[in-house]
Amino acid sequence: MQELIKAEAGKDAVIQIQSEKRGVKLSKKFRYIRENYFLYLLIAPAIILTIIFKYIPMYGAIIAFKDFSTIKGILGSEWVGFENFTKFLSSPNFGTIFMSTLKLSFYGLLLGFPIPIILALMLNQVRRAAIKKNVQLVLYAPNFISVVVIVGMLFIFLSPTGPINQVVTMLTGEPIGFLSDPDYFRSIYILSGIWQAAGWSSIIYVAALANVDPELHNAATLDGANIIQRMIHIDLPTLKPLMAVTFILGAGGIMAIGFEKAYLMQTSMNLPTSEILPTYVYKVGLQAGDYAYSAAVGLFNSIINVILLVVVNYIVKKLNEGEGLY
Amino acid sequence: MNIKYTRMDRMILTLNNIFLFLAVLVVLVPLVYVVLASFMDPTVLLNKGISFNLSDWSLKGYKLILGNDAMLKGFINSVLYSVGFAVVTVVVSLFAAYPLSVNGFVGKNFFMTMFIITMFFSGGLIPTYLLVKDLGMLNTIWAIILPGAINVWNIILARTYFKGIPYELHEAAKVDGASDFLIFFKIVLPLSKPIIFVLAMYAFVGQWNSYFDAMIYLDDPNLHPLQLVLRSILIQNSTDPGMISDQLAMAELKKLSEMIKYSSIVISSLPLIVMYPFFQKYFEKGVMVGSLK
Repeated sequence: MQELIKAEAGKDAVIQIQSEKRGVKLSKKFRYIRENYFLYLLIAPAIILTIIFKYIPMYGAIIAFKDFSTIKGILGSEWVGFENFTKFLSSPNFGTIFMSTLKLSFYGLLLGFPIPIILALMLNQVRRAAIKKNVQLVLYAPNFISVVVIVGMLFIFLSPTGPINQVVTMLTGEPIGFLSDPDYFRSIYILSGIWQAAGWSSIIYVAALANVDPELHNAATLDGANIIQRMIHIDLPTLKPLMAVTFILGAGGIMAIGFEKAYLMQTSMNLPTSEILPTYVYKVGLQAGDYAYSAAVGLFNSIINVILLVVVNYIVKKLNEGEGLY
Repeated sequence: MNIKYTRMDRMILTLNNIFLFLAVLVVLVPLVYVVLASFMDPTVLLNKGISFNLSDWSLKGYKLILGNDAMLKGFINSVLYSVGFAVVTVVVSLFAAYPLSVNGFVGKNFFMTMFIITMFFSGGLIPTYLLVKDLGMLNTIWAIILPGAINVWNIILARTYFKGIPYELHEAAKVDGASDFLIFFKIVLPLSKPIIFVLAMYAFVGQWNSYFDAMIYLDDPNLHPLQLVLRSILIQNSTDPGMISDQLAMAELKKLSEMIKYSSIVISSLPLIVMYPFFQKYFEKGVMVGSLK
């Protein structure tokens, strides 16, 4: 009996010490904050802006589950559950828009992912520094051209009377409707994207290759390896971790494809392939004013995106001996 | 580096150089074409293509563009938005990054998590638009500057840079009795000029080239930045009637509007083209610091 009481007392003492420790810890924290209040002042603007412009809209996304009216506001509008989602999923547009979005980014990743790597491997073989620098200067430049100008240039070059169609007309007798035929939209979108971004995307790979120990290459050459063999067995393994990260981010962003270029490239004729989820959200929401429905489509888009990111990260981790994004 | 090349290797290297040369051509030809075309007489361009006969050249496109009100206004607005945006983002990012780089900063993980979550989840277009509208920021410069001012990537870049500043400098200053305020403004910031420059450049170029926020938040054409003016010229094909006097025949009008397209591309890209070769190094550095994380 006595032992039991002793044990109980012991437990109490332990709990008391623990809570005291926590108290000390807390007061320590408060003292730190008081002494370093300037640091908290510095971070405050960023925190305030993040809460207002990032977290409040996240809360605002609940209008996707409401019959939203601007007069009643977010709180006052009535809940309708998944009505907006089912409306979208069962609409005749859903299949086309969903597949257009998926195809556009999937093919974009398929072509856009390897080209910067190949470019970096090739740049790495240029021995004269001055030449390498100038080639890089040119290849990086398109990255700084605005979307509006890129699409404007596409319209000029590919118009029925533009320079490319002048050649086509000379050869076949009639121009190709690059801008009106839905079959061409994806190719034009993806190829112009590569034209603009491949050089710039190669930078991190070029930098990684510059750090490869030259001794490795020397030793391999002595063993009789040629350039291609050295690329495959020395350069590529160096790039592997970077490739994994870039691929996961790219695949995770498949449904987060940019709105800006697709919207500009849309003509009334190419909509069957050029209408993608983000442009649809914009049109339904801001042009037609159906906020709740549009927010539901947007939310659907981001949820698929997060799922993709998690799944792709899992797969890459499995294939890449446990090395993933997280 | 005494690698001896075999014949096989030399062949591969030659092929390599040929492919790179082709890549350079593919990038350069469209750009050079636009610049040359902007100086051509539209009739010649349509019938013969680019000509190097000086009598076929004309500055008409540039005269029309430079005399255009919308273009000028757009240019001024773009400068205003881009500079304003760059100043706000850079200041906010640097301020937020410093505490996060300090050892033992209480709440570091909490704040960091708070920022990083926003990289993967967002409320989406519509809720953000409704918020900006409710705040009364439609048709003001704040709609362009504030919602995008927090760029988590910038905060991470700046934090990485700050961490690279030797900690002994902080310690020494603390021993001398300097406050956090003095350490940040007198020691850390002056040492951080390169990263400040990189962040400012990225923000400026990003804002200069974007049209989306302006399209949804600014209805008033007087507030439109250059990219929206360009969009109406290049993509919507709506040449401002004031730009070309109305007595001109339709065919002439069409020719001139083609011409304006080329010259407006050149004029609008001019600030970046002039800056680019000088700053390429810094832009590259930005990518590099970012990839280290």
